[in-house]
Amino acid sequence: MQLDLIGFTKRFDGTPVVSGMDLSVASGEMIALLGPSGCGKSTTLFAICGIHRIDEGRLMFGERDVSGLPSQRRNVGVVFQNYALYPHMSVFDNIAFPLKVQKADKDQIRRRVGEMAELVHIETLLDRRPAQLSGGQQQRVALARALVRNPDVLLLDEPLANLDAKLRLEMRSEIRRIQQETGLTAILVTHDQVEAMSMCDRIALMNNGRIVQIDGPTRMYRDPMDKFVASFLGNPPISFVTPEDLPCFGAPKACAEIGLRPEHVGPQFGTGLTGEVRFVETQGREDLFDIALPSGRMIRSVQPAGSGLRPGQTVDWGYDAAELLCFDRQEVRL
Amino acid sequence: MRHNYRNWPILLVLGIFSTPLLIMLVFQVVDSFTLKQPGSLIPSGFTLEHFRFLWEELDTGRAGIWRVTLNTFIFATTTATVVTAIALTAGYALSRLNFPARGFFLAGLIVLHAFPTVTLIIAIFLILQILGLYDTLIGVIIVKTALELPFGIWIMKGFYDTVPWEIEMAGVQDGASRLRVWWQLVLPQVQPGLMAILIFSFLSGWSEFILPLVLAPGSDAQVLATYMQALILDDTKADFDLFKAVGLFYALPVVVIYVIFQNKLMNIYGGGSKG
Repeated sequence: MQLDLIGFTKRFDGTPVVSGMDLSVASGEMIALLGPSGCGKSTTLFAICGIHRIDEGRLMFGERDVSGLPSQRRNVGVVFQNYALYPHMSVFDNIAFPLKVQKADKDQIRRRVGEMAELVHIETLLDRRPAQLSGGQQQRVALARALVRNPDVLLLDEPLANLDAKLRLEMRSEIRRIQQETGLTAILVTHDQVEAMSMCDRIALMNNGRIVQIDGPTRMYRDPMDKFVASFLGNPPISFVTPEDLPCFGAPKACAEIGLRPEHVGPQFGTGLTGEVRFVETQGREDLFDIALPSGRMIRSVQPAGSGLRPGQTVDWGYDAAELLCFDRQEVRL
Repeated sequence: MRHNYRNWPILLVLGIFSTPLLIMLVFQVVDSFTLKQPGSLIPSGFTLEHFRFLWEELDTGRAGIWRVTLNTFIFATTTATVVTAIALTAGYALSRLNFPARGFFLAGLIVLHAFPTVTLIIAIFLILQILGLYDTLIGVIIVKTALELPFGIWIMKGFYDTVPWEIEMAGVQDGASRLRVWWQLVLPQVQPGLMAILIFSFLSGWSEFILPLVLAPGSDAQVLATYMQALILDDTKADFDLFKAVGLFYALPVVVIYVIFQNKLMNIYGGGSKG
């Protein structure tokens, strides 16, 4: 089901939190609403599922205008950050609840819950209570409950935030698999760029209540529209220098700042960029260097482990001129 | 189990402070069932004579014990039921809904909870007289309920506050109405609070003395507390053994309820459910 949000504005006590936002999600597409906290991404999600009223603008599910409909009649599946399972009900009853509300008959409920349990791999847990499940299992139950009545749209609010690192990796691919198997249109709200990039077809990067850029993950990483996008994506983050720091690079006249990704700085790109190693962070497979340029600005570089460099040593490295990102005074990409 | 302090000093202090209470209780029970020479502490024989109030009229012109017990029971259960019903809904509203003057109501609850109710008794007396509810059980029930409500609502609000709002939102997303969400998803999680309020307000109603004494002094609306008071007030020579026996009879349901529900009553201090 195609989802269109047109000119959406939301105010709290008169202050706009989201203003004039347009978002179009194609049928079967998974899109991430990514941004720092307070950027309005959760507000947008809650407006789509009907918890917040839409102050201005329209929300369309396919040809259906659902802007004024209460949550109950929008047919949206939501997975909350803390899963919001019903603690006094068994896993089976949790998943069956939306169907019981619809007054589905017993056989149909049993069949449907069985299908969902199979989809999210929790067939053996149906008699347990939520408190007896691990975080990952609770997440799966929450997914099954959101999916059980065949929603038009699936909304995921920071679904991995409460999981430990290993489970997060596992659930990342699980959620993606389930979304693709069901062919659902899905919106993922997250502040974690890795989650957004690894799980979604496209990313809508938000800041201050507006969408700054919508693109596929690779495109957005390689081709950011402004400095905010460039600095938000990438781990370790991009470093910024001025044209004077790179005299050999023919920067355009309007260029005020140049962005250098850590993987585009190093000895493999020749020489010409001298600096002093200030800090070495060992990450196992690779080392992360903080290098102070003569101007005092710091840049980062990622290198395969085992270079033997120590803080205090001076290096003469190069950079990949084809991958530099230039920004003008208004922080817009040139 | 390891202790990082010794037990016996605590037990000693508790023992010293509990002994007078224990002695009083022991004599309450012993005196109710025994005969004694005047001036002696040692009983001289077993008797059920002090419990004669259970099977014979003590004197004419006074309500029988069973009628009074029924009154007390009606008084306590009605109060408990109404308090619980209102506290359940009002506590939810105060915890979850954003309505005008919410802050005023919250502050009002605290003030009312801390307010010494005896100071209101003249005003209440006058109001009941005007309404024609003076000297009726119904009048006392209404007053008692009103005075118990702030405590009940406040406790229930605390329990509702611990239920994550996402659970309600999830219920609404699942297609359920707000009423159904409250009934099926939220209420089961504040059930400990519900039980605690029910029992507490029942016990509070059961032991209420001042309100029935002032507002319903006639024999029709007499409850056990005022019955006991009348017992020692009327007689020229007070029968203290009879008084003790009635006291034992009066206290028995309280003890039974405490024994059965003590775990639930502890919840009121813990508050909330564990997901």
